[in-house]
Order: sequence, then C-alpha cells, then structure tokens
Amino acid sequence: MFERMSATELARLIHQKEAKPSEICKAFLARAKELEPKINAFTALETEAVLAQAEVLDAVTITEDTPVLFGLPFAVKDNICTADMPTTCASKMLRNFCPPYDATAVARLREQGALLVGKTNMDEFAMGPNSESSIFGRTYNPHDLRCSPGGSSGGSAAAVAAGMVPLSLGTDMGGSIRKPASFCGLVGYKPSYGAVSRHGLITASGSFDQIGPICRTVSDVALLTAAIAGYDALDSMSNPQFVSDFSGLETFYVKGKTVGIVKELFGEGVSDDVRAAILATAKVYESLGARVVEISIPELAYSLPVYHTIAMAEASSNLAKLDGVRFGHRSESASDVDSLYINSRTEGFGDEVKRRILIGTYLLSAGNYELYYKKARVLWGMLREAFQTAFETCDFLLTPAAPKTAPVYGQKETDPAVLYVNSICTSSMNIAGLPALSVPCGIDSEGLPIGAQLVGRRFADADLLGLARVFERESGFSNPVAEVK
Amino acid sequence: MNPKYETVIGLEIHAELSTKTKAFCACEYSFGGEVNTQWCPGCVGMPGTLPTLNKMVVEYALRLGLATDCKVNQRSGHDRKQYFYPDLAKGYQVTQADAPICEGGKVEFYHKGEKRSVRLTRIHIEEDTAKLLHGDAFAGTLLDFNRSGVPLLEIVSEPDLRSAEETKDYLEAVRMLLGTLDICNCQMQEGTIRCDVNVSVRPIGQTAYGTRVEMKNVNTFSGAMQAVTYEANRQIELIEAGIAFPQETRRWDEHSGVSISMRTKENAADYRYFPEADLFSLSVSDAWIADVKQSLPELPVAKYERYRGMGVSEGESWLLVESPEKEAYFEACMQIGGVSPKNAANWIFGLLTARWKETGVSPQESSVTPVRLCEMLRLIESGTISNDAGKTVLDALFASDETAAEIVARLSLAQVSDVGELKALVTGILEANEDSVTAYKNGKSNAFGFLVGQCMKASQGKANPQILNQLLRELLD
Repeated sequence: MFERMSATELARLIHQKEAKPSEICKAFLARAKELEPKINAFTALETEAVLAQAEVLDAVTITEDTPVLFGLPFAVKDNICTADMPTTCASKMLRNFCPPYDATAVARLREQGALLVGKTNMDEFAMGPNSESSIFGRTYNPHDLRCSPGGSSGGSAAAVAAGMVPLSLGTDMGGSIRKPASFCGLVGYKPSYGAVSRHGLITASGSFDQIGPICRTVSDVALLTAAIAGYDALDSMSNPQFVSDFSGLETFYVKGKTVGIVKELFGEGVSDDVRAAILATAKVYESLGARVVEISIPELAYSLPVYHTIAMAEASSNLAKLDGVRFGHRSESASDVDSLYINSRTEGFGDEVKRRILIGTYLLSAGNYELYYKKARVLWGMLREAFQTAFETCDFLLTPAAPKTAPVYGQKETDPAVLYVNSICTSSMNIAGLPALSVPCGIDSEGLPIGAQLVGRRFADADLLGLARVFERESGFSNPVAEVK
Repeated sequence: MNPKYETVIGLEIHAELSTKTKAFCACEYSFGGEVNTQWCPGCVGMPGTLPTLNKMVVEYALRLGLATDCKVNQRSGHDRKQYFYPDLAKGYQVTQADAPICEGGKVEFYHKGEKRSVRLTRIHIEEDTAKLLHGDAFAGTLLDFNRSGVPLLEIVSEPDLRSAEETKDYLEAVRMLLGTLDICNCQMQEGTIRCDVNVSVRPIGQTAYGTRVEMKNVNTFSGAMQAVTYEANRQIELIEAGIAFPQETRRWDEHSGVSISMRTKENAADYRYFPEADLFSLSVSDAWIADVKQSLPELPVAKYERYRGMGVSEGESWLLVESPEKEAYFEACMQIGGVSPKNAANWIFGLLTARWKETGVSPQESSVTPVRLCEMLRLIESGTISNDAGKTVLDALFASDETAAEIVARLSLAQVSDVGELKALVTGILEANEDSVTAYKNGKSNAFGFLVGQCMKASQGKANPQILNQLLRELLD
C-alpha cells in the first residue's frame, strides 16, 4: 500500500513512527522489480544496498528535528551525477562513467536521509522528446505500455507514475520534465533558472537547463524542491537571493490574480481534448476569483530558432570534453590522437547527439557566428523582455504542457502545427528562465493524462506552486498510481 | 642584419598568476607539486562540473591594468576558445575574446639608457592547460593536470618594438613589473612567463607593415631575442630573393634555433569563440578600481627615476629596483640620513654585497646594520677617515660590535688633514725621490702618481688624499 501513497503521506508516517524506512523501501523496491521489465524506467536500480541503508535508518530515533525526507526512497535521472552509481546519460559514451562526486541536488537529499534507489532512463544526453534514444532501450508509459512516457526525463516520470518510487528528479532543458510529467499524469516542475544548482548535472545546454522534481502531487514537489533548491557556490548561475520556502503552499489565494492564456501557444495544433482541459482549468481559477485573459506574445515567433541555435551551439561545446582521452568511451581502433577523437566520438554518440553537435559546430564556425549565434543572442534578450512585459499585466501564464497526449511508439507525428506548438510551448519558458510546471488537468478520450502548464514570474516559484496546489485541491483530480497492464 | 630593413615586433606575453588557488575552482596550486596531486573534477573536465571565478584573478588583472594605464572595462565577459588537444581538459579554454578586462595602456622601460614606451592592445584573463609529459621512463605521452586551470594574464602589445635587444628590455620590464605588483613568480624555467612573438620586416622608411609571422613556444628571454633575429633574417633573405611568403604561425624551436611552419592564415584554426554561459559577465565597480589603484606600489620605472634623481648611478639604480632586500636596506640608510645616496649605494653593492654573498647572510640579518653603516659612511663623508680606511673599518664592523668611531680610534685610522704635518711628509718624500721629481718635470705625468703613492705609504694610508695632492702640486710646480 505504501507504493500508492504520496511522499507527503509517507513522510508523515515516518515522522509519526507509523512506518519504518525499510518497510517503505521494501514496498517500493518490490514493485519496481516487478514492473521494471515492462517499463524499463531505470538504467540502474539498487535493491540490496538500499535496503541495508534503510535498515540503518530504522534504528535512528525520530525527533522534531528529523528532516522531512528522512528514509524516503528517490530516483534521479541518469544525467545527474551520483558518487555510488554510474552516470551514463543513457549514452555509450558514458556507459562506464562513475563520477567521484554527487550533484549538489543529490547531496542535499542524502543529507536529509533520503535514499537513492536508482538512476532513471532518458533520451541520450537528454536530447529527445520520447525517452527512446537510450542505449538501455525505450521506456514505456505506465498508463499505456504502447505509449512513450515523454522525454527526455521519461524514466523519472514512468517510475513515479507506476509507483516504483515516490519521488524523482528530472532535468528540463526545453520541457524535459514537464512533457513526461504531463504524459504520465504527474506534477513536473522546472524551477526558475538559478533556483537549483546545476553542479553535477551533465548538460548539453547550461543556459536553459534546470534540475527539478517529478512527483505525484504539488505538495510532494514542494517537499522535494525545498530540499534541493537554494544557493550553491559551485554553480555561478545559482541565485543567492532565491529562498526556497514553500510553507505558504496551502494558504495561497488566487483571488484577484490574473492568469494569461498565451494565444500563440493555444492555437492550431492543440488537440480538442487538450484545449477543453485547459479551458476547464481556466474556469476553475475564474470560479475562485481570478481574472483569465488572453494575451499575445508575438516575439514567440523567434522562440524556435533562438532555442535551437543557442542549445545546439552549447551542446557542441559542452560535449567536446568527451573525447576519449580521460573518461568515457575510448575507441580501440585509434592509431593516433586525431583518430582517437574521431573514432571515440563516432562510436560513442548516437545519431541525434551527433546531429546537434554538427549543427552547433556549424553555427559557431567563422562567419556563421555573426550570422546565427549573435543574432540568436539578441533575439534571446528580446524574448526575455517580451515575457517581462507579459508579466506586467499577468501574474501567471496558462498553456498546454503539450498539444497532444502521450504518443504511441511508432506513430510519428507529422502535422507541422502540432510539432511547432509542441516544441515552443515548453522551451520558451527555458529561454526566459521562468519557473514552469505541468499539473494534471484531465484525461483524453484514450484515457491518457493531460497536463496544463503554469508559468510564473522569475523567482516567484513559491507563488507558482501555490497556484498549482489550488488547482489540484479544487479540481479534485487525483493521480492514482497507474495500473500497469 | 641587412641595414636596409627595419624589424617590427609585437609580443603576446602569458604570465601565470601566483594566486593561491586556480582560476575557476578552489584547487590550490604551486609549481613543482607531485604529478596529478593538484586537481579536482573540474580541472580534468569531468562532466557535470562548473566553473566559479576566483576573485583574486580579477584583482591581479586590475593591478597590472592600472599599473600600465589601461582602460578597465567595467563589464567584460568570458568566452570559450574551442579546440581539441589532449592537454585541454574541457575541449575549450576559458578566455576573454570580445571584451577583455583591460584595453589600451602602455609599458614604459629603458633601452640603452633611453626611455621607451610600448603600447598595450589589451590584457585579458584566461586559464592554463594541463601539461603533456613525454619521458623515457614510460611509453607514450602522459598528462599532468596540476597546471590545468591555473590563471594566466595575456598581455598583448602593439607592434612597437624594433629590435631583438629592445624586445629583451621590454620583456625584462614586464617581468619586473609583474614582480613588483606581486602577481607572478616570473620564473622562466617554471614556465610562469612565456610569449608568442610577432615579427615582420619592412624597408626603412616604409610605413606599411610587412607580412607578419607569429612564433609560438618562446619560453626564455634569450630565446625571444634569437627568435626575432632568426625570423627577421629569414624574412629579409626571402624578400631579397624575391620570394613571397605567407602570413603564418611558426613554432620556435629553441634547441635548434630555427622556426618551423605550423599553419598559414588560410589554414588558421577556427576556434569557434562564443560566450561562456556558465559564468556571469564580469563587472568591476568604481570602488574596486579605486581600491586597487590606491594599493599599487611604486613601479619600477618610477623608482628607477627617483634613484637616478638622488644621484645613484644607472646600474645601481636598477640593482635597487630589482633587489627588494637591498632596496629595503638602502631605504633604511636614507631614513637614518646624513649620507649621500650615491655613496651608500656604492658600498651596499660593493663590499657589503660581496660580504653578504660570501657568508650567505641576507641584508636584513646583517650584523652591519644600516645604522652602523651610516656611522661609518658619515666618517668618510666628513673626511675623518679615507675611503680606504673605510674598508678596514667595515671589516672590523663585521668582526665586532664596536661602533665605527670606536674602531677608528682603536686602529687610529683617522685621516691626517693637518697641512703642516703633511707638508713635512711630502717634503721628505720629494727629497728622497729626486729621480721621480726630475721625471715629472720632464713631462712624465705618471711620476706624480708614484709620488702620491710614496706619501700615502709613509702616512700609513692616513693622509687626506685631497690635501696631499694639493701640496704635492704646489711643491712640484
């Protein structure tokens, strides 16, 4: 039964001494072991060692000072460094890479006494929308095993949705937390850029990427975020002013707040079911006294080229360190330094990664830098300003997290309108560095979950979670653990 | 070198900063540490690591920039210079391309006794690479990551130098400046200061620059001189022979004394510079600039000019600038006062230095303290003892803790300046050396010196030389 509870409930049980860490751990691990062959959510799963750790925690006396997440199992995406498990980025390139250190987010969870049970599957180097380009194979959506869980943090979402683990961390460079959360009926939250330390996150694009939680409820998200967010001297982009205090979660009021529906993200391509669910979400806020308005951000027309130019340029640079010299895949067929580089990288990276490295390299090459990268930087600033302007009239934005629900594997989306909205509705928030979250808001005709994306002002993360919590409470949507069939 | 041509030289100097920790992580670094003992995951470019800027690196850059009258860019950026090489851990070097921290400015120095000034294009912050180790004890090439991420300042000059000698003097001036500012160890053998040398030649009178060649891997000052001479001659020979040569980068091979082509402009590396997104742009406040400016020490050229103004010789003025311990000793003497700076410097760099060197004692530990030296110098300058007697007194000062006056009294070294007494002595000597007197009168001027020597000997070195000379002339002429 533990595996069907939210992390918040589990934490309460531990603190009231009604459950022991090892009992909770055992329940989750049993379910994880049982379902893993069907879902393939993990790239690594610890059972014996974690149980032993849990038993050690059983003996610790619970007091008022015991941290909230004490004894709770969690999983992290396999691009977040962990000292005791490999960190592969689901790539042949890093298949045997064992970092000697924990990412700050992981270290902070361990300090609380939370237990790392495994690393979750993903698209190679977080480049992909479906969690299918992994060397460990596809991850499947627990709600419908024919479907993708979304990507790139699909393993983290599938594991929580299936009740294999109560808490997980994903990473979001352009929607990689919010998309899988929406496809798996979960709450997925990308914090404001600078709220969570990126130290230990193997990212292709540091300008957009943030670590964030994928959980069953908004309260669980708040619990996990409170633990991992806040200033870290090891990440220069980490914001010293950001306070991760979510104690006002239950007392947030939407009355008098303005919620803007972004026209450019709510037009052609959005399916009827999704449109209806988003409008119903807006109605809930309206009924509570919020003002819902339609707004336009015409600059979003530049979002796609800006995102791809910056992200691919950075990818080509960030992945350059994987050259076979110090760590990662090293070709055995190399005869000199150049062939060591060429062969190691040719053998180690998958197609999508290579494609982005090639394009990124091209974009930064002599002559092209001015043509593409420099222009993208200017437009990037313009987009940020456009969002700032939007937040002069709105307190929050409401958009679909994705124009359609989870895709069936093998059925490739070809409608350009769908592809367009799909790629910009989430990545635009990464460009602007805004906090954004996907919250379950309905089920489509196929029975698949629909997610609404809520967006807040930069560093107004607590308000954003408050807004999501209001919807969760008022809408009555519950998110049962998927019955994996 | 062919006198029809003029050589034009510009330098890119890389100075390794002596900050306690590296540029973008908290690793401590010192030269000579055991191989691969000074590194963290960031130094080896491990995935997931991020740079954090060491504030002292900026402070050091400001020191140099303000000492060379540069304009400080209060907002500057960090950029990635990208290329693949085994010693480059991240696949890129963090440097400053578009907006360096300092621009403009100049370095002043003396060349053959004349003041010169070289304009600086820019000074920027960057990080060093790891070190490749080739050895007999192991197969292949190994890497030492201790140096990876150590901060460097690149000091880029305009093409204002005109000869190998001038290049060396400029390099010496920069070395001295870095030392005075206490930001670099300046040990060539440790590679803490290295340079790339840009050389072109043109017929004298021509204003347009000739085709430029950049020489990399110049690791010593003498190497820089050789490289300039070699490359200028090579270019002149080609021009004279009517052979066109390309703008290119060449590697200086110090061992064989030749430059070897690396790549031409057409094949120039494309470094794909772009902003380092993991670091904020660097902002420097007015207050910070004011603080650094205020804390700047007296700079070498200013110091040199001050000593020259005090009457210290050219050579000894530079020696003072370059040897802080002796400078401190000298300054202490000046504080005590009553002695001539020129005289004090003479003694310090003469007998005292010899003595300190011999005994391995530093000026600060010397038993002949500035106070004791000054007492002795005052006795010389007042005419109480001769310069020669001073040497005897100095020996005695080293041997005991007596004062100079006590030694003079004990050894009765006081100079005889009594005219009557000396006149009797001189008369006696002239009578005893009639041959020399005759010789002198016949125009043999060296006979005079002989007679002075005889008088000095008879007085046991105590005769006041000025009075003695005067009396001799009077009596002879």
